Amino acid sequence: MNKKYKLALFILLPVGVTLLATLWLRGHDIAVLNSKGIIANRERDLMITATLLMLIVVIPVFALTFFIAWKYRASNAKAKYKPDWDHSRVAEFTWWAVPTVIIFVLAVITWKGTHELDPFKPLSASTEPVAIQVVALQWKWLFIYPQQNIASVNLVQFPEDTPINFEITADAPMNSFWIPQLGGQVYAMSGMKTRLHLMADETGNYRGSSANISGEGFAGMKFTARASAQTDFEKWLQSAKNSPAHLSFKEYNKLAKPSKGNLVTYYSSTEADLLGKIVRKFTTPTLDREYGNRSGGLSNYGEVHN
Amino acid sequence: MLGRLTLDAIQHGWIATFGQITMLLGGITVVGLLTYFRRWKWLYRNWLTSLDPKKIGVMYIIVAFLMLFRGAMDAVMIRVQQATSVGDSNGILTSDQFQQVFSAHGTIMIFFVAMGLMFGLINWIVPLQIGARDVAFPFLNSVSFWLFAAGAVLLNVSLAVGEFAAAGWLAYPPLSELKYSPGVGVDYWIWALQIAGIGSLLAGINFVVTILRMRRSGMTLMKMPMFTWSVLGSMALVIFAFPILTATLGMLSLDRLLGMHFFTSDSGGNALMYINLIWAWGHPEVYILILPAFGIFSEVVATFSRKRLFGYTSMVLAIGAIVFLSFIVWSHHFFTMGAGADVNAFFGIMTMVIAIPTGVKVFNWLFTMYKGRIVFASPMLWFLGFIVTFTIGGMAGVLMSVPPADFQVHNSLFLVAHFHSMVIGGVLFGFFAGLTYWFPKIFGFKLNERLGKYAFGCWLVGFLLAFVPLYILGLMGATRRLDHYDASLGWQGLFIVAGIGVAIIMAGVGFQVLQVVFSVWKRKENMDTTGDPWNGRTLEWATSSPPPVYNFATTPAVNDRDEFWAIKQGKALLVEKPLYTAIHMPKNSPFGMLLGGFSLTVGFALVWHIWWLAMLGFIGIIVSFIVRVSDEDTEVTMSAAQVAEIEAERAKI
Amino acid sequence: MKYSERVTEPTTLGSAKSISRVASAAGEQADAADKTLFGFWVYLMTDCILFASLFATFAVLRNNTFGGPDARELFSLSFVLAETLILLTSSFTAGLAILAARRNDKKQVLAWFGVTFLLGLSFLGLELKEFAHLASEGNSWRRSGFLSAFFTLVGTHGTHITAGLLWMGVMMAKIYRRGLVFSSVKRLTMLAMFWHFLDIVWIFIFTIVYLMGVARI
Repeated sequence: MNKKYKLALFILLPVGVTLLATLWLRGHDIAVLNSKGIIANRERDLMITATLLMLIVVIPVFALTFFIAWKYRASNAKAKYKPDWDHSRVAEFTWWAVPTVIIFVLAVITWKGTHELDPFKPLSASTEPVAIQVVALQWKWLFIYPQQNIASVNLVQFPEDTPINFEITADAPMNSFWIPQLGGQVYAMSGMKTRLHLMADETGNYRGSSANISGEGFAGMKFTARASAQTDFEKWLQSAKNSPAHLSFKEYNKLAKPSKGNLVTYYSSTEADLLGKIVRKFTTPTLDREYGNRSGGLSNYGEVHN
Repeated sequence: MLGRLTLDAIQHGWIATFGQITMLLGGITVVGLLTYFRRWKWLYRNWLTSLDPKKIGVMYIIVAFLMLFRGAMDAVMIRVQQATSVGDSNGILTSDQFQQVFSAHGTIMIFFVAMGLMFGLINWIVPLQIGARDVAFPFLNSVSFWLFAAGAVLLNVSLAVGEFAAAGWLAYPPLSELKYSPGVGVDYWIWALQIAGIGSLLAGINFVVTILRMRRSGMTLMKMPMFTWSVLGSMALVIFAFPILTATLGMLSLDRLLGMHFFTSDSGGNALMYINLIWAWGHPEVYILILPAFGIFSEVVATFSRKRLFGYTSMVLAIGAIVFLSFIVWSHHFFTMGAGADVNAFFGIMTMVIAIPTGVKVFNWLFTMYKGRIVFASPMLWFLGFIVTFTIGGMAGVLMSVPPADFQVHNSLFLVAHFHSMVIGGVLFGFFAGLTYWFPKIFGFKLNERLGKYAFGCWLVGFLLAFVPLYILGLMGATRRLDHYDASLGWQGLFIVAGIGVAIIMAGVGFQVLQVVFSVWKRKENMDTTGDPWNGRTLEWATSSPPPVYNFATTPAVNDRDEFWAIKQGKALLVEKPLYTAIHMPKNSPFGMLLGGFSLTVGFALVWHIWWLAMLGFIGIIVSFIVRVSDEDTEVTMSAAQVAEIEAERAKI
Repeated sequence: MKYSERVTEPTTLGSAKSISRVASAAGEQADAADKTLFGFWVYLMTDCILFASLFATFAVLRNNTFGGPDARELFSLSFVLAETLILLTSSFTAGLAILAARRNDKKQVLAWFGVTFLLGLSFLGLELKEFAHLASEGNSWRRSGFLSAFFTLVGTHGTHITAGLLWMGVMMAKIYRRGLVFSSVKRLTMLAMFWHFLDIVWIFIFTIVYLMGVARI
């Protein structure tokens, strides 16, 4: 094939593929980039900033690589050949200094951004925050609303433009609580409480999931996070209050047993300090003995051979 | 009597059966061939009991390739599952099978493929490059290999009897504790890695001492070839990091065997401590893998650009910076644990700082090419592929080093794409470049170039098709390790593209297998008669291909970096009539194999709680060790006359 | 391997060369010994990191008594002091043994290593007694994270001591039968290094586990 055609193909092919990909992607929802919450928005912006900063170095690297490879190919007799030239103060200085400067800039941005976007840091807003407690179970999510004294499984609803203060724990192997369109994730760990502060700036149903493998039913650790208007939120609370189920500690321990494919369910009332009791299951000896041992889940040897 | 081992433990599923049949057929074929060609003695004498690092290196690579086959099968299954398990369909695997498959995939690829391939090349080439005859502790070298092999065997036994871990390649507790993983899977994982890990640690000690104490006179540290420098950095990391792995696996095994509470979710255990410890090992581990690849590229780029490596001092400093920094970044693997902004920001910044020395290396390679005369043999193509894939992966890495950004992509397929870019684009492409480059030195003939280029093309295109969709999927909110997802998410298309990518990669592997077979068949036409098939620059090219068992008949002092190039340019003195003296070489020893075998016994016994067998195996280890070290007669001497004879034979070719 | 065994048949270059080969043979042995000792130092450093990981884990878990007794309630400082004095003395006697080895005094070597062995054995005995006592009162490693970390850290040290004693026994048997050859002196040096290393680790254990534990630091 003619050299010119080869070169044209070499450039057009990746460009063409990129174009096609972009067109295809526009029709698809890229959750992390298509953010609907103030935390996710800022995290997305950070990612874009970091990427642009890096491209300052990466684009020249790619260009240089292909240019040098092409120009100094052995068959190009016209190119200069300096077989023993192996150092240059200027060049060394440049490629130690320029990346250092870029990394320094990124470091400053990182320091500030990490402090601003610390999941434990409460959000400042004009509306009163809603407190929601999250318990990762095998293999579903339990949401306890301590202020309203209701609970739900696999669906968490809250009003838009309102700070949500999540307190997260697990009664299961380590999980991770993640609603990509609203913000980054935090680990859910037994015997401990982590926090996440999010705020949705648009109503909608957002997909949530666990991002850390927690056993056989891990793929089912998904839930819906619904941001609604304040009035709709109150209606939803009311419908939860109408549920006949009451989440006592005994009922909770039944729920905590391994199960898959749990449907959305509601509890009209919860045991007092349920979250505290769940955490203390792991940190305090008496409670552990009082409420008995738990089985080792479904992954018992001998039961899962196909 | 047999602990918790019963006949039920033999696996029946289709994957296990396929694996068992493959292993059985493979074993029968090998045994059959050995018997038919009457090569048992040859195998025992020339390979299994050999303490020659060139032989040990070949064995490492063979075991690593066998494990690569297994790991690649796992990868294919993962891709097929994720491309088909949508909506109402549950794909081809159950959840538990899928989780065992990806856990096995990761474990095999890191511990047995990447480490095995790298240790193979290191054994081949480092003694040659420093002008030495052997490594510092040849017997220890054999032990390292056999422990590595024992770990690999134990892991494969889990496919026949029992099950494998389903908790990921690092088996985080509490999931890996008895409460949530009561079966034998995690135990297999622990003991295969514990045994192989000790092998790696011993090899680390061996090569540090080799490089620091056995360089030829005149070869100061700053005259060493860059591959050796990068191996020194990597082995320094091994000796600091692997003891942490030994301790951590040990503690997890104590939790599971003796009911301790290091990492359990109750009784005062702290699972987060495991995560900290395992990554305090785990992060240096990835640099252990990549540094030798960087070293290989330094050699390849300089040789195929016909030019001195640019910025040698800078490159050495960069290795030092990478080694140091790799110990203070481990927390970036769990930014989402909630350690607080100060801690996260510190580790994030330290992580992005590593990009600086890495970038320096890239620029130095480019400037080595600049004003050179570049030949695009396949090692050079692997290098260019590395630049593309590794840079993309590196960008993703720096992006993730910003903690709030990481919160959105941690444990997603974006992360998976990042580390595959580094390991495939960096470690594996580096290995392939090194394999092609040094193959003629070890075996005496070149690999077929055309097939090698086809393989490269498939790997590069296949890699991009397989992993660019994963970057996108990660940003779409797809977490890793999912065995099923909803149809409404619109993810399936990308998974199918990724599956096609893996298929193309497998075509690349096919070309590589073909390349080896074809090259062996046509080896008489491609023989390397000069010892220097690529117009190389460093000392390993200054001896025949393959080298005699003692590597170099004489060991004249070294004056230059790129000593061999200097000799060829006439700048260094080439002794016309060399003075031969007697050479002492280590005798063969079966004790490496014995120690490996006893370790395998101990590991298997501990998995199944067969205490008496474990005790026997342990005593076997101790007794073998004492017998071996009491043996004073461990060397064989080749007289100067014998050496002269061998050299004369060589010169005739 | 005696020096004379290393000299091979002379080359055609004459007997003057064979003399220099004897000299270089001795040099070769010295080089090999240097390499081995250096390698052993590197190994000791890796062992150091192993212990460091166990210490770090102990530090994190030291207050995780899960409602059970803590260090002050469990450990007897006088008992531990006895163990410490025994081990420190054994390090001293090991040093004396090495000095004897340098003087090529086989009898003294066996005597002092014998004493070291007995002291090491008593140390182990005391340690096992402490472990058994704790276990019998229900404070075994199964009780809590703190106890798991304690038993493992101190137990790993005890396992190393056991290995050292085994090594010592084998060396003493060999020296008794074959006398103080060069390779034995090299190995005794490594054994002594190992023994001193374990002594240093014990100082850290004594301080961090027992002293700081009892003082509730």
